[in-house]
Amino acid sequence: MRPLLQSRMARRVFLLTLVAVGLVLSWAVPNGDWVNQYIQMILVFIGINIILASSLNLVNGYMGEFSVGHAGFMAVGAYVSSILTFKVFHLLGPSPLFPVAILAGGLAAALCGLLVAFPSFRTRGDYLAIVTLAFLMIVKSVIENIPYLEGASGLFGMKRLTTLPWVYFWMVLTLWTIRNFVYSTYGRGILAIREDELAADLMGVNTRQVKVLVFVVSSFFAGVAGGLYAHYLQFISPRSFDILKSTDILIMVYLGGIASLGGSILGATLYQVLMEVLRPSTFNQAFAWLPAPLFQWLSDHVFSHLDIWRMMILPLLLVLVMLFRPRGIMGLKELPLFVPFRDIQEKPKPGPGGAP
Amino acid sequence: MSGRLEARHVTHTFGGLCAVDDFSLVLEPGELVGLIGPNGAGKTTVFNLITGVYRATRGSIRFDDIELVGRRPCRITACGIARTFQGIRLFKDLTVLDNVRIAHYAHMGYSQLEALFRAGRYHAEEDRIIGQSRELLEKFGLAPFTAELASSLPYGQQRRLEIARALATKPQLLLLDEPAAGMNPNEIAKLMEFIRWVQREYRLTVLLIEHQMRLVMGICERIQVLDFGATIAQGTPDEVRHTPRVLEAYLGPQ
Repeated sequence: MRPLLQSRMARRVFLLTLVAVGLVLSWAVPNGDWVNQYIQMILVFIGINIILASSLNLVNGYMGEFSVGHAGFMAVGAYVSSILTFKVFHLLGPSPLFPVAILAGGLAAALCGLLVAFPSFRTRGDYLAIVTLAFLMIVKSVIENIPYLEGASGLFGMKRLTTLPWVYFWMVLTLWTIRNFVYSTYGRGILAIREDELAADLMGVNTRQVKVLVFVVSSFFAGVAGGLYAHYLQFISPRSFDILKSTDILIMVYLGGIASLGGSILGATLYQVLMEVLRPSTFNQAFAWLPAPLFQWLSDHVFSHLDIWRMMILPLLLVLVMLFRPRGIMGLKELPLFVPFRDIQEKPKPGPGGAP
Repeated sequence: MSGRLEARHVTHTFGGLCAVDDFSLVLEPGELVGLIGPNGAGKTTVFNLITGVYRATRGSIRFDDIELVGRRPCRITACGIARTFQGIRLFKDLTVLDNVRIAHYAHMGYSQLEALFRAGRYHAEEDRIIGQSRELLEKFGLAPFTAELASSLPYGQQRRLEIARALATKPQLLLLDEPAAGMNPNEIAKLMEFIRWVQREYRLTVLLIEHQMRLVMGICERIQVLDFGATIAQGTPDEVRHTPRVLEAYLGPQ
């Protein structure tokens, strides 16, 4: 890694190559059937989770606020984009307008973010958590009561327009934009808000304005993720976006680490992989080599309970991480690859300091 | 304009308690003025009123031709007023460089949209901001620590960094809240030199809150004394030193 950090050009070429290779892979994996459908599904969900976790990290990690409404913005994006592809665009012809639908879902979510942010950022503290919780409930009951959206029974029949390359594209876009912002002086300003909001204001940071902006950007990407999710599962209902969904995203963020994109990638991946691995079938396959009586016993008395216990294992893991690493696995640390060249600071060489 | 501060009949009450009572102060450009008084006299409240942390209950504070009462702190900072804090309030988990960089916020030449896409004036402006921050840290003898976390600096360096950060907002008026707190006489002598140097180098008006009489008497051209929110004396250090009410406030009734 080290030589790569030395020149701006080399870093740029390396990063672009990496992104391009990723894009080719995301196309080749499903088209060449390199892995089975199940693994492909996990990859899609990991991508969507990364979008969700990194965008929530912007508000909860970098800025140090506490929003629990991410699933609500996801719902707005999911429903708006689904209505567009399902009831509007299909009249014009199929998929080419899919990115437009996703974009529209994101913008609708961003607009909701603006409406939520305005009142709630006039005061500090737990207020945002309460307002976003209320927003989540409002979104849910609004959807349940609109017959056009099929109410509580949910919307289905969308085409499966979400493909791995699309997920990859939006994921890269999310990570790139958030990285750009947090390493700008504006972005440093939101870190200052997390450290000491009043001091930040007194140093010239327009706290009210930048908080609203950050929340809107975060909501936009939640909406995008919602759209991708809806067009992959081909079924959404108000219940897909309840407080539990928000909790899942919170776990990804705090497990992976606050104020770190690398952390969000790690958290989102770890979450999805663990949720998949901790199933009876995985363990039954993995331990089939054991002597039959032992295997039978384990299978009946241990593995079979995993379906219930896996819902507890991740929160427990989170508690452990919070105890031993309160800021998450990669809290406040970033992958060197994500740090813009200008912001790579050489560690001071050991030796006498030159200060008078 | 030049940086003239004019506070007229400023009063601030917390519930029934009158923290600052009919406070008036005029700072001419280039002056170095001290604000002293016993604990709880309302000195820091005056700073908080000038910088917009509190909103004055009555009265007016004008900076050049701008009315400051009712403006938010970040807007007041953008007008050219910067401050330090009584207890140091650095952004502890951020690097020394970032601390100074953030203080450029009010004078950034690119938009937030340009920040999201690294487009337009973004690169030129970030190069300028980081360059100026490094230059400032160099001048303050903090260059070896730019990549360190602010919290890892020794106490004296943290004080220096706080002043450097305040200067990065490009002020005309600098408010220093007890810069000598916790320093020994030797360090105070150095600090006096340092404050004079900063004032000359950056052509500042300085208002200083201080408990250490040595420091105030040593460098201030003019002193205003507060007690229980009211101004009880003002004038040159010598005049103030011999005012009976000042002695009374500090030492109790004679």
